[in-house]
Amino acid sequence: MGNMKLNLKIWRQAGPKAKGEMKTYPVNDVSEDMSFLEMLDILNDDLVRKGDEPIAFDHDCREGICGMCSLFIDGEAHGPGRGITTCQLHMRKFKDGDTIHVEPWRAQAFPVIKDLVVDRGSFDRIQAAGGFVSVNTSGNLVDGNALPISKPDSDTAFDAATCIGCGACVASCPNSSAMLFVSAKVSQLSLLPQGRPEAKMRALNMVEQMDKEGFGSCSAIGACEVECPKGISLEHIARLNREYLVASVTKE
Amino acid sequence: MKLDSKIPEGPIDKKWTDHKDHIRIVAPSNKRRIDIIVVGTGLAGGAAAASLAEMGYNVKAFCFQDSARRAHSIAAQGGINAAKNYQNDGDSTFRLFYDTVKGGDYRSREANVYRLAEVSANIIDQCVAQGVPFARDYGGLLDNRSFGGVQVSRTFYARGQTGQQLLLGAYSALMRQVGKGAVKMYDRHEMLDVVVVDGKARGIIARNLITGEIERHGAHAVLLCTGGYGNVFFLSTNAMGCNVTAAWKAHKRGAYMANPCYTQIHPTCIPVSGTHQSKLTLMSESLRNDGRIWVPKYIEDSKAIREGKKKGNDIAEADRDYYLERRYPAFGNLVPRDVASRAAKERCDAGYGVNKTGEAVYLDFGAAIERYGKLQANIHNMENPSPEKIKEMGTEVISEKYGNLFDMYENIVGENPYMHAMKIYPAVHYTMGGLWVDYNLQTTVPGLFCLGEANFSDHGANRLGASALMQGLADGYFVVPYTVGDYLADDIRTGAIDTKSAAFDEAEKGVTDRINHFLNNKGTKPVDDFHRQLGKVMWEKCGMARNAQGLQEAIVEIRQIREEFWKDVRVTGKGNEFNQELEKAGRVADFLELGELMCKDALERNESCGGHFREEYQTSEGEAMRDDDNFAHAAAWEWTGDPGTSNRHKEEMKFDVVKLTQRSYK
Repeated sequence: MGNMKLNLKIWRQAGPKAKGEMKTYPVNDVSEDMSFLEMLDILNDDLVRKGDEPIAFDHDCREGICGMCSLFIDGEAHGPGRGITTCQLHMRKFKDGDTIHVEPWRAQAFPVIKDLVVDRGSFDRIQAAGGFVSVNTSGNLVDGNALPISKPDSDTAFDAATCIGCGACVASCPNSSAMLFVSAKVSQLSLLPQGRPEAKMRALNMVEQMDKEGFGSCSAIGACEVECPKGISLEHIARLNREYLVASVTKE
Repeated sequence: MKLDSKIPEGPIDKKWTDHKDHIRIVAPSNKRRIDIIVVGTGLAGGAAAASLAEMGYNVKAFCFQDSARRAHSIAAQGGINAAKNYQNDGDSTFRLFYDTVKGGDYRSREANVYRLAEVSANIIDQCVAQGVPFARDYGGLLDNRSFGGVQVSRTFYARGQTGQQLLLGAYSALMRQVGKGAVKMYDRHEMLDVVVVDGKARGIIARNLITGEIERHGAHAVLLCTGGYGNVFFLSTNAMGCNVTAAWKAHKRGAYMANPCYTQIHPTCIPVSGTHQSKLTLMSESLRNDGRIWVPKYIEDSKAIREGKKKGNDIAEADRDYYLERRYPAFGNLVPRDVASRAAKERCDAGYGVNKTGEAVYLDFGAAIERYGKLQANIHNMENPSPEKIKEMGTEVISEKYGNLFDMYENIVGENPYMHAMKIYPAVHYTMGGLWVDYNLQTTVPGLFCLGEANFSDHGANRLGASALMQGLADGYFVVPYTVGDYLADDIRTGAIDTKSAAFDEAEKGVTDRINHFLNNKGTKPVDDFHRQLGKVMWEKCGMARNAQGLQEAIVEIRQIREEFWKDVRVTGKGNEFNQELEKAGRVADFLELGELMCKDALERNESCGGHFREEYQTSEGEAMRDDDNFAHAAAWEWTGDPGTSNRHKEEMKFDVVKLTQRSYK
């Protein structure tokens, strides 16, 4: 066990319709080797022993890839530190005696389920609107090497494909825009020959669904790019805008 | 019940094609009348749900995560094997089959493994067509790398996140069907029982994790694609939510559990740092392509390192023991996982470990950095480059190949791995055991199928690297869509399954009673307390090395923990709300039964094979010693009401093609 003492101010909300509030919890014996979530585990362990309700928060892989964890810590999605998710944030980033504010993602399209847990089903619905290549899974396709893809295109598509769908971009945006998320998928598939045939429809459908879900507009503030744990670039938003514009003016 | 593996007749390379050509299929108009439940949306489940919906079945897909895209397949780093022979190094379907059977220490089913190797090439084509961005070379063609236990380069990869990219491919196929209405998606739902009606699996009981509502879902077939049970050890590289509950409920409803003791301990994970630890992080096996594993040659040096008086860099080249290269010259650092893990344990047990706990060895990139640096100098026609320049250029190459892994390491450990050798230690990673299935992936309960890591079939006693992704997708895209049709051909006139039957009543009552027990128990200790205790027993007595005495002790201890758990566990909150403690309680209750069965299985298997190492059965050189005369079989356990009284059934593994030999990587 370590010897840091912290003062946590955490958002508590019993259910989707309940009124929430910030509550204060002191935590002792925090070691700098702990991850932020392990620090919350300790707090929860303590709460359960006392018969209190532990704090609900989403988490799963705890190695920065599943996109489940989603905390807004001291005003930043996934907390201080760049290119990491909350589960990769370690307590050595904090000092003994610090007060830390922990809140859920805040966006109309991400309603709170309980405490720090939000519903990101809107992202799934955007994917279902067009985030795919329409190919059946028969396996009877052309050889994987039949169509060479230039390394720069392949690398850029990959950069976009690294999006983990965590929603930090939305949480960081003053407009709660999901453009970085949507553009990552549109960009990945539009850069690959397999995704070109339905590129127009994809851009139009995904953007339409995004608007329907109640996400705000992009005003090129760029906070999303800064807070994105995977470093997804704003260039993808530019590409989405081009794809969308072309699709809109050439729509049949 | 006699186990019938239903392996088709004929030569091994014709079995699958012949089988597919002769099994029954369901006509498109009839598929619309059939409902299928898929539990789990990882590579196996996501692929199966998408494929079955494309074919025209009505599919309901369930996952406990908030989105199908988050299943733990996503965490696989290194790659996926396929017998494409793009590198022209003599690879073939047969070679992949042979390597996998050998890697599994001759405890897997030949026919299944051959089929896996056969469809491996289709997987790559399929994924490319879906827009999966595999690594490519400057000519625009797909790149490959090597993995442990093989001597060819057949592993396709997407930087250090192959699992995520493949899963997003399957997820996109799944979401396409969700968008069409062909799949109804139930995320944040946990399956808590299988419902068996007149001997056939006809549905599930699931809990809506947001509202706490207990739901009944009927279907003509149920597919479990629910992953492995490594979290029985508490600390593992699995995600926090990974659990055995779905498979265990199926086991209690009559599905046999095969070879539960086969656990894969991955050699390259970040060592445990303290008691607060909630999970362990894997460092991809691909690192062993370039990293060299060593400990100091002299025990005094190890001591000095543990006491913080020396660092790895202080140990001269001549004073380092590259023990894998020493013991296994032919495969060196790329021996299979079980061999590499045991070798690390052997050195650390002997006192050569290099961190405070004495449980770590070095994974060193110094030599690779120098080699790549010199190569770069040659490429750029540099004359007499300085050692610093070489190091700088070599570091760049390593960073491009493994950058994300190095960053992850630095985040967790707080030390720069480009400057100091990584410290690694084995950790629980994968479970080869699982529900027993026949060639059609059907369990011993008709209508209940099991795919991917959750079944036992393809990896024998040890899985080779980059084969889990291959199996998940093979089962989901290319095997079950055919075999399930053969079973469902009898159900075209059945009509929708009635969920108001007695069987559903009984199953739902069982689920509700258990939940109420937890909530009303008012014990004193949180769920994790018991989970930690169980994990400690499992790791110490049913981990990398096992012996009869330890296993017998473990069984007694686990039974005690289980008794204590039911008496003294405290679960806060209510049943009709989002309640993570309640979710955990149900999962740990099942782990507490599984753990005992694993120890029992390990105790009965009087041999060493793959990931199962019994100290009593080893060669004079400390290698695993199999007993093919008595144990060339899968042990399939039948539930009888208590893990202590489970019945052991055997499926003999027949080897018609591969000759059984002592596995050697020397």
